[in-house]
Amino acid sequence: MLGIINGEVYDPRNGINGEVRDIWIEDGKIVSASAASPPELGGTEGGRDAAEIIDATGLVVMPGGVDIHSHIVGAKVNAGRKFRPEDHRDHVRSRTSLGPPFRGEVRGATRSGSGYTVPSTYMTGYLYAEMGYTTVMEAATAPLVARHTHEELEDTPILDKGVFITMGNNHFIMNCIRNGQREKARDYVAWLLEATKGYAIKIVNPGGVENWKWGRNVSELDDEVIGFGVTPRQIVTTLAWINDELGLPHVPHIHAINLGQSGNARTTVEMIEALEGRRAHFCHLQFLSYGGKPGKRLRSGAAEVARAVNEHPNITIDVGQIIFGPATTMTSDGPLQYRLHQLTGNKWLNDDVEGETGGGVVPMQYKRNNPFNAVQWLTGMELFLLIDDPWRVFLTTDHPNAGPFFYYPQVIKLLMDRDYRAEMLAGIHHRARKGALLAELDREYSLYEIAIITRAGTARALGLQNKGHLGVGADADVTIYAKLDDKEEMFARPRYVLKDGEVVVRDGRLVHERPGRTLYVTPPYDAGIEADLRTHFEECYTISFDNYPVAAEYLPHCEVVPCA
Amino acid sequence: MKIENVVCPFCGCLCDDIVVEVEDSRITAVKNACASGRSLFLNAHTQAVQPKVNGEEVDWPQAIDAAARILNDAASPLIYGLSSTASEAQRKAIALADLLGATIDSTSSVCHGPTTIGIQNQGEPTCTLGEVKHRADLLIFWGCNPAEAHQRHFSRYSALAKGKLTPNGRKDRTVVVVDVRPTASSRRADIFLQVRPGCDFEVLAALRALLKGQHLDVDEVGGVGVVQLQDLVERMKSCRFGVIFFGMGVTQTGGKHLNVAELLALVAELNAYTRFTTMPMRGHGNVAGADSTLTWQTGYPFAVNFARGYPQYNPGEFTAVDVLARGEADAALIIASDPVAHFPRQAAQRLSQIPTIVLDPEINLTAQVARVMLPTAIYGVSAAGTAYRMDNVPLPLKKVVESPRPTDEQVLDWMIERVKTCLA
Ligand SMILES: [Zn+2]
Repeated sequence: MLGIINGEVYDPRNGINGEVRDIWIEDGKIVSASAASPPELGGTEGGRDAAEIIDATGLVVMPGGVDIHSHIVGAKVNAGRKFRPEDHRDHVRSRTSLGPPFRGEVRGATRSGSGYTVPSTYMTGYLYAEMGYTTVMEAATAPLVARHTHEELEDTPILDKGVFITMGNNHFIMNCIRNGQREKARDYVAWLLEATKGYAIKIVNPGGVENWKWGRNVSELDDEVIGFGVTPRQIVTTLAWINDELGLPHVPHIHAINLGQSGNARTTVEMIEALEGRRAHFCHLQFLSYGGKPGKRLRSGAAEVARAVNEHPNITIDVGQIIFGPATTMTSDGPLQYRLHQLTGNKWLNDDVEGETGGGVVPMQYKRNNPFNAVQWLTGMELFLLIDDPWRVFLTTDHPNAGPFFYYPQVIKLLMDRDYRAEMLAGIHHRARKGALLAELDREYSLYEIAIITRAGTARALGLQNKGHLGVGADADVTIYAKLDDKEEMFARPRYVLKDGEVVVRDGRLVHERPGRTLYVTPPYDAGIEADLRTHFEECYTISFDNYPVAAEYLPHCEVVPCA
Repeated sequence: MKIENVVCPFCGCLCDDIVVEVEDSRITAVKNACASGRSLFLNAHTQAVQPKVNGEEVDWPQAIDAAARILNDAASPLIYGLSSTASEAQRKAIALADLLGATIDSTSSVCHGPTTIGIQNQGEPTCTLGEVKHRADLLIFWGCNPAEAHQRHFSRYSALAKGKLTPNGRKDRTVVVVDVRPTASSRRADIFLQVRPGCDFEVLAALRALLKGQHLDVDEVGGVGVVQLQDLVERMKSCRFGVIFFGMGVTQTGGKHLNVAELLALVAELNAYTRFTTMPMRGHGNVAGADSTLTWQTGYPFAVNFARGYPQYNPGEFTAVDVLARGEADAALIIASDPVAHFPRQAAQRLSQIPTIVLDPEINLTAQVARVMLPTAIYGVSAAGTAYRMDNVPLPLKKVVESPRPTDEQVLDWMIERVKTCLA
């Protein structure tokens, strides 16, 4: 048994806001969380006398961080690593022998790695853990290459992880929609999630990625997908219906149309409205909340989009906050990546995936004195401050699209400290600053709200019952911070991080490596769909139906998350 | 027993429609495979073989012990090969290199290494082979000869394949071959452009200039008439979906990675007119996997050195041929490859001068000079695992027959454990 005693606990899911509590852990689970009771520490209660004690007096205790949207593994990320040696050269991590054994563990070693915006897998696991995060969702995998994603996940230690499966340009689904066969599409989605060991439905630029295979895109909700006669609106609403029907723990995770373009706030709001009350998550919404006229100067449209989010309780979002400095853009949005290549002149990777999706990668540099980037930065800040309910707005940088994940502590400081925010605002391009709404927003996030937007809220939106809180039965993923005035420093180097009840980080450094689990869903479906699928595979794919599903052997560490 | 949908691990095509018949743990028939694939299955050794140290048969613990000692005693060990083993084994080999502070390199460095360098300069507009099958109406094969080297490429994925937008197969596509001499592939092309050896860069640069509407003051470039080049540019701009497949004729001649970068720039620029993609014709069955696994574990796809405790990348410095030819490597672990047969003489000779360990199903030339020979099962035949197709689509390799031999992954695991105890 392990006890974390006398800590100042922030556990929003259980309504605990900075009260002093003792938390007891056994077999990787929280077994008791109660008001501090010093007398018991004398050793009268069974087991507790033999317990390991972490004295958290004066420290802040939160559940481990839960990232709802990050690109850490798989074909696109690895292509990004491979073609960016310039990203890695100055950002390396040496292999180490770990310190003295903790609780009898055999002395082990950590792996070396490299990479800044696109770190190698082991390094990614270590860096997230050292920042106090214990669960991370990989935001997009093409089904055809899911096997690759799972191989990388197994090489990403410590973290629990899930994979979102791209479905917004899938031929089988679009054919079902055209033929009015919603139920067949539903069974297919269930089969596909099981076959790819996926966690959620991901929709990226619905229809636009298919049209890119013809050198085109979509720009309105009712544009036609070439060769299928369906529309982005139909794709999104059908998948939202399927998500509800299957009772998936998460909701459809949507990257909407017109990402990065002036005036896209309008189509973003239209897509929110098109859902007609069905639950959905809109990701990296900063990139989709711009005003101004299409093709003209970029302005923030955060007010318009935040209003729509506030009015639609069925919607959650993550921000995708811009971090000034290097980034690597990588999405399944093929036409967007080509556009970024043309805008920046930077090298461009594209990968069209047969019958399913596409994608690309382009390096990026966000600059304070670039008016376009400055607008992107303040748009993100405004979304954070204008969306009222912290349970529906989450902290991400759409890593590594808007910046590396290890800048989350800087974003936390920006949200908690309005003087720091004003200082940053003063340093961005004057044209972006002029008339910016951000200057008038003096809201400051509390520690309680930060705990919501970084773990409690994300875990709830993901449907992870055992994560993001410290109640009895929760996974014992716990982060303990020193209480510092400088919130960036506070959140960058936790004093302790526990994963499944084991201390993995002390004073911001990894002390113990262990594997994490891959979380996936197995919704039920009518097995009769298999005959149709065999035909579809023969017509559509260059690999056989039998070689497509990812077998259980690829997930030696895993957990099935139940559907409703 | 008939086993269907078997993946052939021979080349980067990874055809997954092979039917293998097995009787009494022996492969008796192979259907759908090309000649190379069929011979791989039919000639696969599966009998038990003892490992050897200094030519003497030993048991496995003794062999692992000898190998671990060699690697531990070395100041600058080299791990090389990887392209004909499964990604599971590749991952272990990288872990071992990290632990030892070794240099690790794959056969990529002597085939498509320049492709990687070209991509690092220029990016890569690519697609999976199914997109080629279903969409491509213009196929250009540059410096490669699939009719002989990737024998089912035409029928499964490209020239002959019948796809959604190409229902009539060959009739719906224009096939262009660019090479320095006529080949079996050029004889099946609609257009053959014969480039003077070493002039691929010039021809690619000329195509880029013509695409930009520039006038060329010459009649021919690199042996190809400007009229023919102009005709090709028009075809490229006006096709629906074009693709250039390229091979060692581009990557291992003249400007090497500069040729590749020029080709990639041309393909990227064509996307201003239509959709255009490109793909290297990867040779060994899992050479793409070697690039991938090395990249996700270290950040770099080949030529990686761990001597400073973290991965460093430098082709020309940390590539196997160079490390050997300079006499830097003082021990070598060769996995599923035969560098003594393929490397330049100086590099190959070094392998017989230093203690070399070979992990391979075959007694190849390298095994004959090796101090330690570790005979393993064959991925895709007598061992299951994962391989990456030339378009990076991962496929499951089956174990179609039993083998008493351990897998590369198993042996590398033993070695890692042994090296750790030696270190401690
Ligand atoms: Zn994303």
